Amino acid sequence: MIELRQEPEKLTVFLSGELDHHHAKEIREAIDFAVREQFPPVVVLDFRHVTFMDSSGIGLIMGRSRLMEEYGGTLEIHNPSQQIRKVLRISGADRLAVIRNHVDSAAPAGKEPEHEYAE
Amino acid sequence: MNTLNELKCTFPARSENESFARTMVCAFAAQLDPTVEELADLRTAVSEAVTNSIVHAYRNAEPGTITVTVRLLPDAVIYVRIADHGCGIADIAQAMTPLYSSAPAEERAGLGFTVMQSFTDRLTVTSKPGRGTTVTMRKKLTHEADKGTGGCS
Repeated sequence: MIELRQEPEKLTVFLSGELDHHHAKEIREAIDFAVREQFPPVVVLDFRHVTFMDSSGIGLIMGRSRLMEEYGGTLEIHNPSQQIRKVLRISGADRLAVIRNHVDSAAPAGKEPEHEYAE
Repeated sequence: MNTLNELKCTFPARSENESFARTMVCAFAAQLDPTVEELADLRTAVSEAVTNSIVHAYRNAEPGTITVTVRLLPDAVIYVRIADHGCGIADIAQAMTPLYSSAPAEERAGLGFTVMQSFTDRLTVTSKPGRGTTVTMRKKLTHEADKGTGGCS
């Protein structure tokens, strides 16, 4: 469900599958465990392999944003699909995190970006 | 209501059924050949309604069931009804207020109804404390004739 890449200044979380209420708790716990291990200045949630997200994902982003605020870190959201961008926009979550599209940071080995995000 | 086609399904209010419920509604709506974005909107709105019932309806009680009814109405309108028999909502206006959640400890964003409103054309919520909650949504999908694809020539 998630893969982590830890660098000195940055934790990148590669999410995959469907981010709904059923899966959110497990994802949240895994992210928070990794964040609390190193308190990275930047946490990136990479959505390139997330096929669906509802407001459960917004709850996850809001919660991580609060966690980052506690120690002064920055939250970034990379490569959300069109459907996910729409949910982010409606919920105002695009104000909680830096959103970047087309970020080509290397995914974990063997996982190439599956699609491009043409506007 | 002149119903052209209908699907009705009852399942336990368990979180592993969230994916099944939204996929089922979209599979039914696919007979209208909607756009990718319309289908994504419908999938998200249904997910919100079903998740609400799963998170809130049977809190502190034996898990009950959720019944989803999907109807195809004239002019390519999809009607979805999501009903539970749970605790109900005492104050619907408060529940629909953006960012309000009665379950903040579980990191619910309080945006379920906001998403349903944004992603469909019409939303109704009826509820009776102790009896349950029913959400209905309507969404007009792009009719094949409106797309200008000109049939099967």
